[in-house]
Amino acid sequence: MTRILILGAGTAGTIMANRLRRLYASDIRNDRVSITIVDQDAEHVYQPGLLFLPFGKYTPEQVVRRRARQVHHDVAYVRSHIDRVETKENAVYLTDGAVLPYDVLIVAAGTRIVPSETEGLTGPGWQQSMFDFYTLDGATKLRDKLATWRGGRMVIDIVEMPIKCPVAPLEFAFLADAFFTDRGMRDKVQITYVTPLDNAFTKPAASAELAHLLAEKRIDLVTEFSAGRVDGEKGVLSSWDEREVPFDLLVAVPVHMGAEFVSRSPGLGDEMAFVTTDPRTLQSKAAPNVFAIGDATNLPVSKAGSVAHFEAEILTENIKRFVDSKPLLPEFDGHANCFIETGHDKALLIDFNYTTEPLPGRFPLPGVGPMRLLGESRLNHLGKLAFRWVYWNVLLPGHDIPGVGPQMSMRGKKAPVI
Amino acid sequence: MSTTLLTYRDLALDAEGFLQKPEQWTEEIAHEIAGENGIAELTEKHWKVVRFMRAKYLETGAAPTIRTLGKDSGVAIKELYQLFPKGPAKLAAKIGGIPKPHGCI
Repeated sequence: MTRILILGAGTAGTIMANRLRRLYASDIRNDRVSITIVDQDAEHVYQPGLLFLPFGKYTPEQVVRRRARQVHHDVAYVRSHIDRVETKENAVYLTDGAVLPYDVLIVAAGTRIVPSETEGLTGPGWQQSMFDFYTLDGATKLRDKLATWRGGRMVIDIVEMPIKCPVAPLEFAFLADAFFTDRGMRDKVQITYVTPLDNAFTKPAASAELAHLLAEKRIDLVTEFSAGRVDGEKGVLSSWDEREVPFDLLVAVPVHMGAEFVSRSPGLGDEMAFVTTDPRTLQSKAAPNVFAIGDATNLPVSKAGSVAHFEAEILTENIKRFVDSKPLLPEFDGHANCFIETGHDKALLIDFNYTTEPLPGRFPLPGVGPMRLLGESRLNHLGKLAFRWVYWNVLLPGHDIPGVGPQMSMRGKKAPVI
Repeated sequence: MSTTLLTYRDLALDAEGFLQKPEQWTEEIAHEIAGENGIAELTEKHWKVVRFMRAKYLETGAAPTIRTLGKDSGVAIKELYQLFPKGPAKLAAKIGGIPKPHGCI
């Protein structure tokens, strides 16, 4: 029997479990294949919803469902903390002492924020004047703060790259502008966007468009600012090169790292606990029967659900090939696709990969759309809202999205004139 | 002097002056790039960081982040900012002749 073990029942792990279950449906019934998935907690959070939660647009109940319910019942669900992976033994040790042997391992354990990595961030003022919105707890507390906040200097700071959903902090800034405008208090709030990057975003063409939007919405931009420490009592954010940004309300995107068990697993991850992974095949560098997907990898791609979805199609094929002793297909191209909320019920859509930056055009049908690439529209916003349904009903069950392939397409895009 | 400068500028560079072919890098070119970016002299500490950066890139295919530099290069983050003003990871990568770190995306 081939034992497939998946670590993590978030977006990537759940998609993989359901895709492999469908692929091996009859083998599972005949005891030739088993699929087991492990997660440390019971709640699956729809993470794109965390962006809207602080502004009261979603409730916590609307973004949370039970993890086990998202996985087909032919997949064994184990709820436990993971101690470590021993790739030489083909075994995963759980913290309760149990050992899970495997023939194929998929690490889909995601990434987590570690605010304690920044001096002062979890000190006085944490969750009073300094918040995150990358956790359900953080986003909910920030919502309560914003509901009664009278205004002042709001600073949105990306402490360090990489982060999950790299456009989310920008979207937060745009939505904050709209939120305060709607409440008639925009003139009482100064919004500053602080980033370690040299521009609003990592990709030049999209950066220009996004920097333009920031200026239009009167959001100040501070670039190349690497936060070294925070003083919550004085309300000062300081960079390593001694620049200071004062704040009354800090919305921090803290340092991201991979799952803790990755650091305890010999040879599995890098110093940030991300699994060292082949960028094209998604096979880990640790062992040929170990694969990684989604936010858990060290790949230079966005840590985002769309990426996990595109990777899943390729990884399913590669796992099948591995089990059948065939060569892997080096097919993943770094494809990512994100909606960027720009406030007032509009959004931008971007589509890019390892080598091609986001370009203007129409998506997914060339020339027709209906979505506009790299341009604001109301339909893009509706697309983002509709995506919550798509997430639970199409993405997690592991279905394909019509018209959107795993590899990026140049169709319908306007290539830059060089 | 002008001939060495011409050599650096003759190489395959991106719009910001990062070498596109790490194998074309030499120590002389490193000095040229440092000079153009406001570092008059590369000290032993600079070299320690530049060599670490380059070795990591050649080993893993990705430039290390500022955090990795601070942890593993033997030079603390604060000092890195004194050695390579503004963006140590970026500037050390440029001087080390490796492509611009993306900071991921």
